[in-house]
Amino acid sequence: MRPSAVRLLNILVPIKRAVDYAVKIRVNPEQTGIDLNVKHSMNPFDEIAVEEAVRIRERLKDAVKSIKVVTIGPPKSAETLRTALAMGADSAVHVEIPESAPAPEPLGVAKTLKALIERQKEGVDVVILGKQAIDDDAGQTGQMLAGLMGWSQATFASKVEVDPEQKVANITREIDGGLEELRCKFPVIITTDLRLNEPRYASLPNIMKAKKKPVEKLTAVELGVDLTPRLETIKVTEPPKRVGGGKVANVDELLAKLKEAGVTGKRA
Amino acid sequence: MFRAASWSLRATKYCPKRLVEPARMFSVSAIRTEGFRLNSLDTFTEEENMFRDSVKRFAVDVVGPKVREMDEKESMDPTIIQGLFEQGLMGIETSSEHGGAEASFVSAIIAIEELAKIDPSVSVMCDVHNTLVNTILRKFGTKEQQGKWLPLLSESKLGSFCLSEPASGSDAFALQTRAKKDGDHWVINGSKMWITNSYEAEIFLIFANVDPSKGYKGITCFIATKDMGVQIAKKEEKLGIRASSTCTLNFDDLRIPAENIIGGEGKGYKLAIEILNEGRIGIAAQMLGLAQGAFDKAVPYTYQRTQFGQPIGTFQGMQFQIAEAAVELETARLLTYNAARRKEEGRSFTKEAAMAKYWASQVAQHVSGSAIEWCGGVGFTRETGIEKFWRDSKIGAIYEGTSNIQLQTIAKFIQQEYSR
Repeated sequence: MRPSAVRLLNILVPIKRAVDYAVKIRVNPEQTGIDLNVKHSMNPFDEIAVEEAVRIRERLKDAVKSIKVVTIGPPKSAETLRTALAMGADSAVHVEIPESAPAPEPLGVAKTLKALIERQKEGVDVVILGKQAIDDDAGQTGQMLAGLMGWSQATFASKVEVDPEQKVANITREIDGGLEELRCKFPVIITTDLRLNEPRYASLPNIMKAKKKPVEKLTAVELGVDLTPRLETIKVTEPPKRVGGGKVANVDELLAKLKEAGVTGKRA
Repeated sequence: MFRAASWSLRATKYCPKRLVEPARMFSVSAIRTEGFRLNSLDTFTEEENMFRDSVKRFAVDVVGPKVREMDEKESMDPTIIQGLFEQGLMGIETSSEHGGAEASFVSAIIAIEELAKIDPSVSVMCDVHNTLVNTILRKFGTKEQQGKWLPLLSESKLGSFCLSEPASGSDAFALQTRAKKDGDHWVINGSKMWITNSYEAEIFLIFANVDPSKGYKGITCFIATKDMGVQIAKKEEKLGIRASSTCTLNFDDLRIPAENIIGGEGKGYKLAIEILNEGRIGIAAQMLGLAQGAFDKAVPYTYQRTQFGQPIGTFQGMQFQIAEAAVELETARLLTYNAARRKEEGRSFTKEAAMAKYWASQVAQHVSGSAIEWCGGVGFTRETGIEKFWRDSKIGAIYEGTSNIQLQTIAKFIQQEYSR
């Protein structure tokens, strides 16, 4: 390793094992949640996050010291970590929770990540995570973590450029009005949006290499974090079935029907 | 993993000759007794499962959109070949020293199956390259030959296995291609026919006879590159696996350096027999994937298409047919993966490989044919790709040992076992 004034970057990528995007979601009979006895895989936005971290390393080469992935989940989440290692991460941390424990909430996850970051002797410069998980669509973890740490944040990133010399990241965000460009000082939290990149497939040689990469196991207790849920889900139901529409003969009839339904506003 | 410590087993002749290293199966929980690991036949290591998911995604995302076009044009898209190399799918068992993934034989079988679920043409290309070409070099090549050829085969150059000729298919060792010594070179004359991958390949394993007076004991395996003068003649227009190139090759005073003999002079017969055994399991995997792919495409349709007020898949007649097909798929799967595991364990697997290949090709024909019928007119049109599986399946009973040859092999084993 060459000595340099620029500190080498440590990237942390939190990932989540979520219901696979292709699965047909069904509400469970008790109406307390969805049927979880289905295929799970890495949250697609987190895959994009892992891919971005690997691409940053491909661009900056030696300037990136480590890419660490972390997940908070039951024992089965280890598979998801292995996939991330096979995509190019260097090491992993598994904060293991019991199989029967409820899924951690975004605030709990953010607190756990905070505790983990504070534990890292070499510090963390960039945290990249998915903007939301496709099971709960909360979209809160990245923002909460930034708040807890007091770090800069850039969410819904569609382009990321990291400058280790200047210790900033230039990030293009997708917002309702279009695109916004931000320059964030390190340390920074970035959440990924769909158009940031297209994740690679884990090639077989990388899957075999992933076997040898270290996976550290921790518990929430060791990190001093309480993952007890603060929210109680009262009921989960499917959306009401769509009722058939009606055909209208012309625009006037359309306007009349819209007025009937009370959807038109009063003209000023 | 837990041991039944008090259970001791006497070594019988069915004891595996080589234990699978624990490191390769670190996350498979199994009942472990001395020298044995007892698992259900569809147990896979974590790597093998991850690999299956990875190949599946590649097949669906990258190969899937191009399948119809490649079939209609009878041509393999170069980006697919490149994609296979990039994914490490062309050096699955090769050591990492030579650019490979150093994975298990079963991993190769998994890759072949998953590719076949989407396109059996791409699957056979990967199969021939891995189980025939790579394996010959790994098993019979000298250190120098391995160092020279395996990296090329792992990274970018497609390989081809050239045994059959116009006048010798099942009777492979009646081949006519001749090799004459000329100083430190051999001069090869003759032609090969029905050679898979040949249109796109750059590396060719050519079987030629150096001394016809010795009969099959003169057959020798040579490795050649295209630029040495391998002529690609007629490209066959086929019923199925149309994207997989099948050509006639001509050798007209083709000069090959003597150091390009693999396995030694006159050893070609033994080499080919052994390698084709393994290749058989590969074809079984291809046919299995084909059958599964057809089934997976057709069955959901039967639960969507309604006639007489109910989904057609819920009529009892259809249910019975679908269930029978599922049973057949399971049998083909177990035969294939068990033969593959036996090979990994160092046990004899020739009979099991023959059974797997023979049976999987039959299942493929039957299930893909049923798949068309279940989908009615929609199954008959080329648009949905279901009929393609049926056309592709026919070759299963023909190449890498016809069904009759497989049955003969199996019968020989039975005769040996039962007539003592």
